[in-house]
Amino acid sequence: MLVKLKIFRFDPKKDENPYYQNFEVETDPLDRILDCLNRIRWEQDPTLSFRWSCGHGVCGSDGMRINGICGLPCQKLLRNFKEEILIEPLPVFKVVKDLIVDLGPFFEKYHSIKPYLIVKTPPPDQERIQLPAEQRLFEEAIRCILCACCTASCPVNQRKETEAYVGPAALVRAFRYLFDSRDEASNERMGLLDQKDGAWGCQTLWKCTEVCPKEIPVTKQIGQIKKRIYEAKHKE
Amino acid sequence: MIFQHDIVIVGAGLAGLRAAVEVADQANVAVVSKVFPTRSHSGVAQGGITAPLGNEEEDRWEWYFFDTVKGGDYLGDQDAIEIMIRDAPRAIYELEHMGVPFSRTPEGRIAQRNFGGHTRDFGKRPVKRACYAADHTGRVVLDTLFDQCLRRQVRFYSEHYVLSLLFEDGRCLGVVTYDLATGELHLLQAKAVLLATGGCGKIYRTTSNSGSTTGEIFSLVYQLGIPLEDMEFIQFHPTGLYPLGILVSEAARGEGGILRNGLGERFMERYAPTVKDLAARDVVSRAILTEVREKRGISGKDYVHLDLTHLGEEKISEKLWEIASFVRIYLGIDPVYDPIPVQPTCHYIMGGIPTTVDGRVLFDEKGSIVHGLYAAGECACVSVHGANRLGCNSLLDLLVFGRRSGMAMKEEVQHLEPPSISIDPLKAMSEKMTRLLNQKGKEKISPIRQRMQSVMMDYGSVFRNEGGLKRGIEELRVLKERYKEIEVFDKGNHFNFELMEAIELGHQLELSEVILFSALHRRESRGAHFREDFPTRADRYYLKHTLVYRTPKGPEVKCKPVKITRFQPEVRVY
Repeated sequence: MLVKLKIFRFDPKKDENPYYQNFEVETDPLDRILDCLNRIRWEQDPTLSFRWSCGHGVCGSDGMRINGICGLPCQKLLRNFKEEILIEPLPVFKVVKDLIVDLGPFFEKYHSIKPYLIVKTPPPDQERIQLPAEQRLFEEAIRCILCACCTASCPVNQRKETEAYVGPAALVRAFRYLFDSRDEASNERMGLLDQKDGAWGCQTLWKCTEVCPKEIPVTKQIGQIKKRIYEAKHKE
Repeated sequence: MIFQHDIVIVGAGLAGLRAAVEVADQANVAVVSKVFPTRSHSGVAQGGITAPLGNEEEDRWEWYFFDTVKGGDYLGDQDAIEIMIRDAPRAIYELEHMGVPFSRTPEGRIAQRNFGGHTRDFGKRPVKRACYAADHTGRVVLDTLFDQCLRRQVRFYSEHYVLSLLFEDGRCLGVVTYDLATGELHLLQAKAVLLATGGCGKIYRTTSNSGSTTGEIFSLVYQLGIPLEDMEFIQFHPTGLYPLGILVSEAARGEGGILRNGLGERFMERYAPTVKDLAARDVVSRAILTEVREKRGISGKDYVHLDLTHLGEEKISEKLWEIASFVRIYLGIDPVYDPIPVQPTCHYIMGGIPTTVDGRVLFDEKGSIVHGLYAAGECACVSVHGANRLGCNSLLDLLVFGRRSGMAMKEEVQHLEPPSISIDPLKAMSEKMTRLLNQKGKEKISPIRQRMQSVMMDYGSVFRNEGGLKRGIEELRVLKERYKEIEVFDKGNHFNFELMEAIELGHQLELSEVILFSALHRRESRGAHFREDFPTRADRYYLKHTLVYRTPKGPEVKCKPVKITRFQPEVRVY
């Protein structure tokens, strides 16, 4: 089948302004949009730039906007697209070149919530005990591949006035540690998250949950963080 | 620009990051990675990490030792294997203490599952030895180690490609990198360099490997005169999703999945009567392809079915969520109700850069060390996997030898002065890059690469023979000549992936020839290396490691003995 793509192009070193370029690629319906992008690079225009690696939705490299919705082109099969496909970089982040954005600020926010287990008691000789029910509490959150689709889709992050919001991805990781029974820094974590730009920045708009390629219930998890903070403050 | 570090680690997968965590408190360490660290191919690993914890059923390290030796078809060095096996429990508990979210038993211990080739009582029946986190074990271990690196303020050079290794007076003094974002060349000086760059699956057409797993470091090392060991041993994982080749973990069979041919038969009963679908991967891959060759593929085509339909929705969604997700996305079927089309896919290279058990790179068969250079993980050959790697042994290898390399480097750099480099490697590299960017030619990169991938698939995959290997080597030589005429069209210095692919391709052609040459030399079948013209194992002549050296006349083979301490080679049946 012949596929038509309209792709956002911008090389700040060469171009005054962004523009869109049209491409046509002959493909198989079972190919991924990623395959089309690579074929364009290899056969038509080698300057088209985008990140990719695993090609099957596990590494999180290729987050971009496809027909206006953030997602991973390696997970989208051409047979599900009828008209011309519009490919753009993730919103919210500064465009570095074509479909590559600067995720520095995204990873800074991720780092700011202390994404590692914090324990004070010395570990036992063997594994710490954690019951299956305890592990299931945060099981969905560990699927996160840091593709940034959720943060890029969040209307709060998209608005200049509220762009300091730490964002859904950082909160998913924060949730993962806050609800891990082995972690011993709940108070410290809640202190970090109990901020206007922390968990309370979430306006329950659901865009993150809609786009997550790993089907993580992001909004629900952020809601659980809020509930945990509220309950801790209102213990009596 | 020039940067000084005590230790430079190339590759941010599990081996590289574990080494970084080991050294970060006592040495100035930097990790160079061509992709952002969490995108490393280690994150794609699904099934688990083995350790004889005995959390679900009785297990003993001696059984695991035997399984690994047998799994490697007796080519693994048993002293190294023993080190890895005995260190396994410590390595797992350490990961758990760092926060890895393992799946759990009802009592709250780390859960373990069956996996191919892992047995009790020296091969009597399968044993639950693989510790796992659903079916994304690699993802969570990688994330945990990355987070530990962040915590220790490890310096990352992310999206930097290593273009060369710097040597002076026989000592490795650092690396030259290319910064993808700016096109700048940098010199990272170091007292010790660790190579942890993974495998080379992308030299084959059908592979489970990521786009970044191109294998150029093997060629870089080889061109320095360091031999490559056991390169003919390349594992084809039996169950790659058809036709993409992405991994469908052995965990699916560990949880009870069954392979069926076009007649609905559980054909592994014929090839491995004792453990059936949980035989070693090379046995299963050959079985699948034999079924296909004998016209028993599904509807006569070139794949078979992996049947999970008897496992139930709950088990699949709890333990095999990622696999179910791939199958739904890429084939539009539901593994709860439909069998999954699978075929063997290039997955792992057992061979690599020869090292000691502390990761020191060796430059000959007598055990001479390359000063300042270390290697760990898939790119290294210690050798623990011999002629075939058992599932879940790779993640363990990465952690054990990543740590050991870290410990050895930490110790070594304490006694060393910062290196002084008298030549200017940046100038030479810059001239090389300019020449490559300016050369005019009639060839494009992609057709040459695709042809190489097809040649490797046709002549260097599961079934090999002399005629095919020689044809393959000839074709690769023709491709190398064509490569001299390539033109790089993107002249930019800003995310120029084409330039990087051009450089990678040159290295891949060299590496491919080494692999086929090694395979040609080994006139027996052992583990993953199967010769149709020499279908049996010939211990008398070939119970030894292959070392391929680069010489002016072309590749040359020498050998070194296998270290056998406990288990004498036996006939290998499953």
